[in-house]
Amino acid sequence: MLASRNVRPAAGHRMAAAPGQRALLAGHPGRRVMVAAKAQKKEIMMWEALREAIDEEMERDPTVCVMGEDVGHYGGSYKCTFGLYKKYGDMRVLDTPICENGFMGMGVGAAMTGLRPIVEGMNMGFLLLAFNQISNNCGMLHYTSGGQFKVPMVIRGPGGVGRQLGAEHSQRLESYFQSIPGVQLVACSTVRNSKALLKAAIRSDNPIIFFEHVLLYNVKGEVGDKDEVACLERAEVVREGTDVSIFTYSRMRYVVMQAVNDLVKKGYNPEVIDLISLKPFDMETISKSVRKTRKVIIVEECMKTGGIGASLSAVINESLFNDLDHEVIRLSSQDVPTAYAYELEAATIVQSSQVVDAVERVCGGRVAATV
Amino acid sequence: MALPAAISGLKAKDGLQLGMSVARLFASAASQIKVEVMPYKVHRIEAPSNIVGTNVPELMSFYKLMYKLRRMEIAADMMYKAKFIRGFCHLYDGQEAVLTGIEAAITLEDSIITSYRDHCQHITRGGSVMELMAELMGKSEGSTRGLGGSMHIYNRKTNFYGGNGIVGAQIPLGAGIALAHKYRGEPNVCITMYGDGAANQGQKYEALNMAGLWNLPVIFVCENNHYGMGTAEWRAAKSPNFYTRGDYIPGIKVDGMDVLAVKHAVAFAKAYALANGPIIMEMDTYRYHGHSMSDPGSTYRTRDEINAMRTERDPIERVKKLLLSNGVEAGELKRVDKDVKKEVDDAVEAAKAGTIPPDSWLWKNMYVAPLGGEMRGVLPGQYHAPDFDPEYKS
Repeated sequence: MLASRNVRPAAGHRMAAAPGQRALLAGHPGRRVMVAAKAQKKEIMMWEALREAIDEEMERDPTVCVMGEDVGHYGGSYKCTFGLYKKYGDMRVLDTPICENGFMGMGVGAAMTGLRPIVEGMNMGFLLLAFNQISNNCGMLHYTSGGQFKVPMVIRGPGGVGRQLGAEHSQRLESYFQSIPGVQLVACSTVRNSKALLKAAIRSDNPIIFFEHVLLYNVKGEVGDKDEVACLERAEVVREGTDVSIFTYSRMRYVVMQAVNDLVKKGYNPEVIDLISLKPFDMETISKSVRKTRKVIIVEECMKTGGIGASLSAVINESLFNDLDHEVIRLSSQDVPTAYAYELEAATIVQSSQVVDAVERVCGGRVAATV
Repeated sequence: MALPAAISGLKAKDGLQLGMSVARLFASAASQIKVEVMPYKVHRIEAPSNIVGTNVPELMSFYKLMYKLRRMEIAADMMYKAKFIRGFCHLYDGQEAVLTGIEAAITLEDSIITSYRDHCQHITRGGSVMELMAELMGKSEGSTRGLGGSMHIYNRKTNFYGGNGIVGAQIPLGAGIALAHKYRGEPNVCITMYGDGAANQGQKYEALNMAGLWNLPVIFVCENNHYGMGTAEWRAAKSPNFYTRGDYIPGIKVDGMDVLAVKHAVAFAKAYALANGPIIMEMDTYRYHGHSMSDPGSTYRTRDEINAMRTERDPIERVKKLLLSNGVEAGELKRVDKDVKKEVDDAVEAAKAGTIPPDSWLWKNMYVAPLGGEMRGVLPGQYHAPDFDPEYKS
């Protein structure tokens, strides 16, 4: 099935990884992934997992198709559709010209007839050009047509701050898209949840905007089989704890877990929850956590102004005010275009030391300072 | 097959009106009348002949339909001035021949998508005047339950994809619908309608390029009524030859005030699109009203121009003249007029008496049956479980 140039570890061969990285991926500091003698599950990279999800869903349902720039013959700029055009043909894996507004609208029109397009934005930032189609047509059509038409499409692509990609290629669009009525926003973070969530998104009848992250495509992990489909509206409890609830998503999950390593050594017991569903929020999981710990820190990569954290903070304040001991802390990116220089780029996004500081401030040990 | 038997054999599908199906049936009967229409201007294609065959029953069906559309739009005008209809209301009177001609040349299996000037498509695609009026008035009996309004009229069963508010946004959608037809191997086209104002949108060229690349069965219909909102065509478009704007895509310019010319050209275009790929049609037409009800329509054009159009090129008058000169009595036409007026008036009264959509419909059909979560409400602690209720039963 896969082209031979794919790197896939043969069964039994495990790629060496730094212990810290392994723990990060496992999500629980100190607890390793058990490798039973008989069940040696192979680890694959996130782009392979996404590719598996697309492949399995296209095989299962002939109305699923992919459209985007370089998805076909080139194989996808992040290899998420590598080789699929050979298996499914050019019509089902459609190479579009560079016209985001045009092909997004085309995807919506095709979805209205009952096809299930997966539209790939080569970079989420490019989808700003397609904002009208995403907002007015993709998001609102089901409602404004009185429920007649549904738009079962998935809009996916990498966003987030990469390695010195420059301001226009480091954008986080979840904050712009979150107000669009009628869409669901999902952000994957691990290899396992990326495949399961993408499968769920493709099967869903709602328009889903599926956020991947440029720096996570080569993260390794295990995946489920072709029947493992996650719930699109459920948050993931990464680590149970009692001291503070840290809500995060996408790549910031790894930053938080790195901070958690340090915090555990210092004697803290934070609870880490990966939001997964950015719209709608999984208020059940969120409120359960807040009621338990009574302190909230939101760690996100989008900007402070109008970001996901801003919405979540407001909702927590409105619904769980009496369960809070402390104001909701938001650690977000600076409201600046992402600089090119390495050090300045690092300064625009949240680093794990800031998470450690925030937890220490909130849980006691330091005087509260303004963020 | 004998005509009466064929007509009685036609069953109304889900209460759809038979008007257009019957017209198509009549068209296939003997064409006793040959009419010469204005020759077609063409781009990169050979022009079809400009002799169109028709017959009295077909012309009568055209007359009745166009008159109904005209009276409906005039009623909408009156209702708007009486404040029963609010917001934006874009009227189609003057352009009836374009839509009537298109529908006569295609079937309900073909798809149509258009802009906000979409009231008449509801009728030609099987809807009733009452449903349209109720939708304009925001009543629950409306075609989109009062949730869409004037610019969002849809009918999934008869492949009418709306009804779009943003100028030009429907053009890529039309290409997508045509892509789906091709994907499924269906012998159907998508008629993608837009105006001369939208013809300057970038997304139109993006859609043209893709349609041309993949030979999608889409017919791009530019309804050139010479004014893009309040700006005349010559002030907005460097090239007023919209039928040539597709460059490598063939185009054909049609007299849009002549229903027979339109019908003949669209039939030609449909055959072309199914065999080869996209084609652009420019319909030279005119709207009597302003861009919308908030535009008087007289600040950027003269009353003389509007009146000249009415006297010289009105589509309904043209068909009326043809009918009268082919043996139909004036009295019969007057009877048709009276029936149509009554139908429209009754529909308006029924719509006025409609019910206001209940509050619970505000949240209905936001999502289609999600996998199991809850939707966060705006008020603290209020979570709306999204219920999937396509029939709006509660």
